[in-house]
Amino acid sequence: MADTDAPAGRPATNSGPGRLLIAVYLLFAVAATSRAGLQIATRFDEAPVAYLLSALAALVYIVAAVGLARAGHAGRWVALACCSVELVGVLGVGVLSLADPGLFPDETVWSGFGSGYGYIPLVLPVLGLLWLWRTRHAAR
Amino acid sequence: MTSAASTGSPVDGILATATIVLSLVLALWSLVAAVRHRPPDRPQFVGLAVLECALLALAVVALVGLGEGERPGEPGAFFGYLVTLVCLPPLAWVLARMEPTRWGSAIVCAICLVTPVVVVRLQQTWAVVGG
Repeated sequence: MADTDAPAGRPATNSGPGRLLIAVYLLFAVAATSRAGLQIATRFDEAPVAYLLSALAALVYIVAAVGLARAGHAGRWVALACCSVELVGVLGVGVLSLADPGLFPDETVWSGFGSGYGYIPLVLPVLGLLWLWRTRHAAR
Repeated sequence: MTSAASTGSPVDGILATATIVLSLVLALWSLVAAVRHRPPDRPQFVGLAVLECALLALAVVALVGLGEGERPGEPGAFFGYLVTLVCLPPLAWVLARMEPTRWGSAIVCAICLVTPVVVVRLQQTWAVVGG
């Protein structure tokens, strides 16, 4: 049932380790989406910046998962953009949340470099970029 | 009238502990399979099915508790976690079927590592101290 059309030894982004990556991205998409949705629906006034950031992170995870799953040329560029945004986001928010905790009164997925989620938000974009690099010839 | 938060929770007991232990055993089994370059095998799929049954039983127990007038500390989050929880083993099943390589076993392992975390979060959203 392997639905890869890439030549042998040049896996597409949506097979092998890529499928594991997509699974983890899916889990984070669900986690971040439901968390942000709940926060925005119930107590948006308390920390609007933090909650909007959670929503943005959720959106990026969803789009990244779709990009990786679609494989192909466009999917790769989408995934590349998302992984880059994530890496910048998790590093930026991580530094900011340590430097000025008042900026984010409530936790986001990216606070403290993703410490609330076992630092997986920090590792995930790096793995994504590595995987895109490893499969860079697959889309030709 | 909130009954004793830590002991009265319907998602905190032998059944919840069983799902956590079962999930971790399954994670270990599939990790060994992934390390040995084995695709998801029958014990993994049987394990996922048993895990799903246990989680559904947990959900039923929680819903019965709700029917008897007990209330979670954070209802929104509680139902979010509950729905997510019962979807995890089927997700692992489908992805493992799509990926009959060592990475299928790795997917089962990853999802079985996430499941106990969700169970614990579920318990925390039921018993919120000082809501």
